[in-house]
Amino acid sequence: MSNKKTVPVNFPVLSRVEGEGALEFNLDQGRIEDLKLRIFEPPRYFEKFLQGRHYSEVPDIVARICGICPVAYQMTAVQALESLLVPDMPEDFSLWLQKMRQVLYCGEWIQSHALHIHLLAAPDLFGFNSAISMAEKYPDIVRRGVTLQALGNDIIRLLGARSVHPVGVKVGGFHKAPDPEAVNKLLEQLEALKKEACELVLWLDSLDLPESRQEFISVSLHNEENYAVYQGRIISNQGLNISCEQYQQYFKEFQQPQSTAFHSHLNGQPYLVGPLARLNNNADQLKPEVRSLAAQLSVDFPDNNMFNSIIARGIEIYSCILTAIDLLQDYSPLAQAWQPVRLQAGECSGATEAPRGLLWHYYKLDKDGLIIKADIIPPTSQNQARIEQDLQTTLQTYLLEQPENYSEDKVRHLGEMVIRNYDPCISCATHFLKLKIND
Amino acid sequence: MDKPKIAIHKFASCDGCQLAFLNMGPELLELAAMVNIVHFVEAGMVAPQEEVDIAFIEGSISTEEDIERIKFIRKISRQVISLGACASSGGLQALRNLADGDQWLRELYPEPQYIQSLKSTHPLKKYIKVDFEVWGCPVNTGQIKQLISSLLLGAKPQQTRDRLCLECKRQQRVCTLVVKHRVVKQQETGQQACLGPITAAGCGALCPSVGRACYGCYGLADNPQPHALSVRLEGLGFIGREIAQKLLMIHSYEESLQKEAQQLSAKQRDVL
Repeated sequence: MSNKKTVPVNFPVLSRVEGEGALEFNLDQGRIEDLKLRIFEPPRYFEKFLQGRHYSEVPDIVARICGICPVAYQMTAVQALESLLVPDMPEDFSLWLQKMRQVLYCGEWIQSHALHIHLLAAPDLFGFNSAISMAEKYPDIVRRGVTLQALGNDIIRLLGARSVHPVGVKVGGFHKAPDPEAVNKLLEQLEALKKEACELVLWLDSLDLPESRQEFISVSLHNEENYAVYQGRIISNQGLNISCEQYQQYFKEFQQPQSTAFHSHLNGQPYLVGPLARLNNNADQLKPEVRSLAAQLSVDFPDNNMFNSIIARGIEIYSCILTAIDLLQDYSPLAQAWQPVRLQAGECSGATEAPRGLLWHYYKLDKDGLIIKADIIPPTSQNQARIEQDLQTTLQTYLLEQPENYSEDKVRHLGEMVIRNYDPCISCATHFLKLKIND
Repeated sequence: MDKPKIAIHKFASCDGCQLAFLNMGPELLELAAMVNIVHFVEAGMVAPQEEVDIAFIEGSISTEEDIERIKFIRKISRQVISLGACASSGGLQALRNLADGDQWLRELYPEPQYIQSLKSTHPLKKYIKVDFEVWGCPVNTGQIKQLISSLLLGAKPQQTRDRLCLECKRQQRVCTLVVKHRVVKQQETGQQACLGPITAAGCGALCPSVGRACYGCYGLADNPQPHALSVRLEGLGFIGREIAQKLLMIHSYEESLQKEAQQLSAKQRDVL
């Protein structure tokens, strides 16, 4: 007997698709077949209207791909474009710049993770429909969350003047170096919230999170110096170790009828990017204070329970606060926070860790510095095949336990919780794809 | 009196304008005490069918379903407020209206038949009556708080569309059209191409505050003079393509900007 069962899922918090997200599968005697996560967000064609624009406009344009992680798009773009610099930047300037960019990026991770944990995930875990209703019962927890989120936004403002679509970043540096007084004020805020972040991690660990242990490939950046955020080689826990220029030799994107978002495979297989993948690959590079906090937790990294992603986010918030303090500690401003740049014609690529995972950009420039071709692969596209695989496994386990009297509500709720672990950013996930331009 | 009901809807956009609510910090909880947020998917409230006093709309209209949905929202909402560039003028993605949207779709997607999309994208006002427009890319929390305060008091929201230059001068910023800050060639510097003279104030003159030229996030000021600005920019050494691309960025939907850009490219053709 085969009955086609379509379970429509409205992913309120996580997919922000307003009725356009749906989960669909066929059920045959408790077995899931042909599971599809439908995502529809109208395409916005970023890679097309970048064509013909000057490279100096790229940071402002790509920021608009995502309001929640504009810094990730800006950082990846400038990293890619600056690889075409002739001559290179002076070394001491470059060191200063890398430090400040890492600080900016820490701000975005804190902001985005705090938003995810408190406004999106926690209400669901506690059975509230929103953080606002959760705040009536748990005011301190929600308040701590929005305070950490505000800290992240303040860090972005320090270097970018505003937290959504910041205006401080340019190819070659920052438009202006922050004033030392502003840095000192921020350092005080960071110190003050260290303890809160630590408590947040312990609280997350105390939650009764579901368990769904699965085999998957973790992909992230990695470098020798630190817990990779802004720079590194692309590695996996199964031996991949490549430069960002080699990305397309290993990762392939493809389209599925059910979704405007592209899917991506590594050597023909789904893979995971994001906080859990990063901790799985790089946990031993966390600062000693973060490692000793992590050692107190019930979870040990590497870990294969996707539901522990929320704990990974908490750990990264704490890690970012400590990193930002370190990097700003002996801050000295520069009279001019940018270098005059000249970019040679050619192809370039860049990869950084957006809050949701690996983000890859590719550009081709002509001799006048105009973009001939652009290709942007956001983390949500990369995770989509993995999300479907996870849904299949997790829902199958439940349905085999209850083949006759399963509850549709339970399937829907479980499905939403699975998807939320990936913190998908639907706006990001759609417009990118392989650019096939007729040169 | 019952608390006013509000809804926040999203169409094609980056989600950044909704963050003006979510980034309020602890004030978001205070706002929730003053109004009843019934629909705000990103924050977890889902009731798209419920009648509301105020609907805030982010994003531009890009599909047939979008058109149906925005018309329905208009029916169930006493006031409709557009939130940000996409909802008010189509935003950055309206650049596709100036190109062949179908061709772009074919070039980007190997399987274009999977994608449902109109040929062009439009602001809300093309399809429905909009009671008030909040401009910005993105809008900021201050604008939202001010707007909601006015509406709660029953006052008509105020909005001036003064030029950014006023805001910038009040802050005593150095004018980027005057100071030589841009590297033209080695050793040689020039002024930057600032859109402040035709752009509405409201952001707090953020770009000039970090020493860079305005790129027009807040839309056109009252009585803008794009041609006068473009003549000035030519005088500073910018070529037609550069000026046209500056004008046609976030608010390329505006006809006065399109007209100026067309004249610039026609002129460039004459020279060649």
